[in-house]
Amino acid sequence: MMRIPAKVNQAAAATVMALATLLTLAVLIFIVVFILEKGLPILSRTFLFSVPRDMGKAGGIFPTILATIILPLLAIALALPLGVGTAIYLTEYTRESRLTRIIRFGNDCLAGIPSIIFGLFGFLFFVTLLEMGWSLLSGGLTLALMILPTIIRTSEEAIKSVPTSYREVSFSLGATRWRTIQRVVLPNALPGILTGVMLGIGRSIGETAALIFTAGSSLRLPQSLFDSSRTMSVHFYILAREGLSTENAYGTAAVLILSVLSVNAVAYYLMHRYMKKNA
Amino acid sequence: MKSHNLREKGVQYLLTALAFSALFGLLLIALFILKEGLPFLTQVGLKDFIFAHDWEPQSGKFGIYPMIIASLWVTFGAMLIGAPLGIACAVFLTEFVPRPVMHTIKPMIELLAGIPSVIYGFIGVIVLAPLIRTHLGGPGLSLLAASIILGIMILPTIISISTDAINAVPNSYREGSRALGATRWQTVYMVVLKAARSGIISGVILGMGRAIGETMAVIMVAGNAVKVPGTALDSVRTLTANIALEMGYAVGLHRSALFATGVVLFIFIMLLNTLASAFVKQEIRRR
Repeated sequence: MMRIPAKVNQAAAATVMALATLLTLAVLIFIVVFILEKGLPILSRTFLFSVPRDMGKAGGIFPTILATIILPLLAIALALPLGVGTAIYLTEYTRESRLTRIIRFGNDCLAGIPSIIFGLFGFLFFVTLLEMGWSLLSGGLTLALMILPTIIRTSEEAIKSVPTSYREVSFSLGATRWRTIQRVVLPNALPGILTGVMLGIGRSIGETAALIFTAGSSLRLPQSLFDSSRTMSVHFYILAREGLSTENAYGTAAVLILSVLSVNAVAYYLMHRYMKKNA
Repeated sequence: MKSHNLREKGVQYLLTALAFSALFGLLLIALFILKEGLPFLTQVGLKDFIFAHDWEPQSGKFGIYPMIIASLWVTFGAMLIGAPLGIACAVFLTEFVPRPVMHTIKPMIELLAGIPSVIYGFIGVIVLAPLIRTHLGGPGLSLLAASIILGIMILPTIISISTDAINAVPNSYREGSRALGATRWQTVYMVVLKAARSGIISGVILGMGRAIGETMAVIMVAGNAVKVPGTALDSVRTLTANIALEMGYAVGLHRSALFATGVVLFIFIMLLNTLASAFVKQEIRRR
């Protein structure tokens, strides 16, 4: 029996893996290019800034853009204090113990829950029990819960990577623990925390299943947080699924992809700069 | 001085309370889904719910067996595509290309993880389903289409976690292996992959969780027919799709049945999460 030389074996393996990598990149890039190619020509000032007519078959997508800005910001406003608070507690106020393990496990589980379950819960709890109805508020609260694990994890990483010596200097100057956190730890961890914020916003923009049952799908311009409104993702889903208008669907998808990619790009830029600074 | 101490204590209590927010949220979610779904399960019986084949809410038949099988097949199919591709990508990027190349490609792949699931679903409908219909037959919108789309969707998760796991393997392991005369590839599959195994497995399990829980993309590409699939080209409806498709108009017992479907899904996900975190723990213990 002939043995295949190790070098040949290695070359074959490397080729296969290179092809796998190329395939992955090609598929992902194809999706973005395909949507932008069909969608970008649709975009115009009227498309972006006018209200939809005829259930979205004609007209623009302005209310959905507005909802796509309000909902993620609402979610961040709610999740950020909770998330950063949790991260501070886990890193600065306690040692690894059974309790922190339970908190972390709960966080990991929450991160793994599918968005449709968040949607069901938001519908039962915020929409029905708390009588908020289909509204921006219900949607924002549901999204906040959904992005909380991301915020906690990135904030924890960010706070952990602030050198201990910074804290020691602050303590030696007589600062209390909380003052040290306020003046030394948090400012240094800020870019890392912002990375989490941007990732949370990115996820909120792309979310559909959790929002259909909580924020509803009204196409009217929302007047208050208690009004129902659909985001671009929900709008795109409804247009595509009911075959209302292929043109407007592509246009909406293009805006959607551009916003998610730019939000995520900012997140990675921040993370990268941050890692360089701490390296 | 006194007021300082008071504030310190106050802040500490406040932060301790905040730290339980995620856990509290999780319990609240579990509680509410169970509260809506359990009465139905006790009324109809768990066995009749998960093993019955007929889902006809109008005539009071609530069997989710076809949906459970569909969810499992779709997830399995997604794994079959996503896991080998993702792990191959991760190994190639960490072990076979210069660092700068990895640092350009990895962020690109992670950036693309942000593409909304509705867009993946749309691509499935517009590009993939017609390809399947013309070349392989069947309705196009099928188990196969859903598996491929989900397989692509979970790639960034698997690649990102596997790359981190492989990067965490100490360099001395590689040097030891190379010093014994092993080639780069022999080192990878005999040393590096073994050492990074539990990290990679937990990445794959998290990908599975994402696949089984995905809703919008699956609704768009799977076809949504309630039946146990005979071949990969058959139209299927998953647990998640069942909830999302009918929640809008369901009332009474039908509505409770959908929440009970949510309970089943929730249990699947919690099992996967527990499994994933067990593998992560194993990794930490060995270090």
